[in-house]
Amino acid sequence: MSERTALQELGKGVWAENPLLVMVLGMCPSLAVTTTLANGLGMGAAVIFVLTCSNVVISMLRRVIPSAVRIPAFIVVIASFVTMVDLVMEGFLPDLHRSLGVFIPLIVVNCIILARAEAFASKNSVWKSALDGIGMGVGFTLAITVLGGIRELLGNGTLLGMPVLGRGFQAHAALVMILPPGGFLTLGLLMAAMQARKGR
Amino acid sequence: MDAVAYLQLVFWAMFVNNFVLAQFLGICPFLGVSRKVDSALGMAAAVIFVMVLASVITFLLYGAVLVPLSLQYLQTILFILVIAALVQFVEMAIRKFSPSLFQALGIYLPLITTNCAVLGASLLAIKKEFDFMEALVFSLGSALGFGMVLVLFAAIRERLALLRDTPRAFRGMPIALLTAGILSLAFLGFSGIVKV
Repeated sequence: MSERTALQELGKGVWAENPLLVMVLGMCPSLAVTTTLANGLGMGAAVIFVLTCSNVVISMLRRVIPSAVRIPAFIVVIASFVTMVDLVMEGFLPDLHRSLGVFIPLIVVNCIILARAEAFASKNSVWKSALDGIGMGVGFTLAITVLGGIRELLGNGTLLGMPVLGRGFQAHAALVMILPPGGFLTLGLLMAAMQARKGR
Repeated sequence: MDAVAYLQLVFWAMFVNNFVLAQFLGICPFLGVSRKVDSALGMAAAVIFVMVLASVITFLLYGAVLVPLSLQYLQTILFILVIAALVQFVEMAIRKFSPSLFQALGIYLPLITTNCAVLGASLLAIKKEFDFMEALVFSLGSALGFGMVLVLFAAIRERLALLRDTPRAFRGMPIALLTAGILSLAFLGFSGIVKV
């Protein structure tokens, strides 16, 4: 395998190996919290932070952790950073914390983070792992921001809480889009669009 | 709470507020092991067992250790460690006592550690300030609901796989997600029947 440049390491998570749309990881938070654009951005920021920090720490410890207990060790590192995010968000962004609810502590079991720890950070240098974490985090954020944007726009006629599609639309907005089925349907169509582009 | 209230709680957790279709917990195993009804049944059994056990243990630990020491902020770390240890322990116990059951469930057990439905049930029981019996009944109902939907979805997907005219762009994950969306739409019909 040829060495990737720093830019490629950063960029692969955004498009070619996008964690949500291509690798289908981290589905639960992506579907649950994307009822609004703001929630998507908040969740994305939390994931970028946890993913980058845990990738760096795990990469630093990769020669110290015995491979038999590596998964529990990874989980403890990840859970520590998630607890930090949880407490900081509760203190400074209480509204966002309330609307993301149980899905902040559940970042611990977000498969993207454990998958990157196992597949990348435990085998690569600290610098590369940091880039990988940022890239994957940004890719995930972009995907859930698009998902949140579409759902908020169609389900409520707003973006970031500001009316976009006008009163007439808002009165008859497709409420189902911000209800659970809308999440499945939007993500399904988004993935179909990705596959159609690739197949060409 | 009387028996009727417990039944209502089970119904609410299974149908009205189904873990997979209404709360988006445990989507990964829901999409990952739902290609065959057999494997869905194995996964469902493993999840029901671990989820109820994990909820009970984390509930007791929270009340008996974290609250007296005012260490509630450690709940995420403690709960995930308990679940990881429990899964490991259950795996060893089943392997020792029932090799045939181990054959059936073995490969699903390690996957449960990162099943967010298990951690979710533990966290929600604390968040909703349930008492012990309520937490037990809630986790049982949620686990049954998860298993039911998993098996249901697997049966649909077995048929879906026989279709030849699915458009290429929709093959695989997209069509599965759209199916889940329709299933979720059907479950919306239960909303408001019971309030907990």
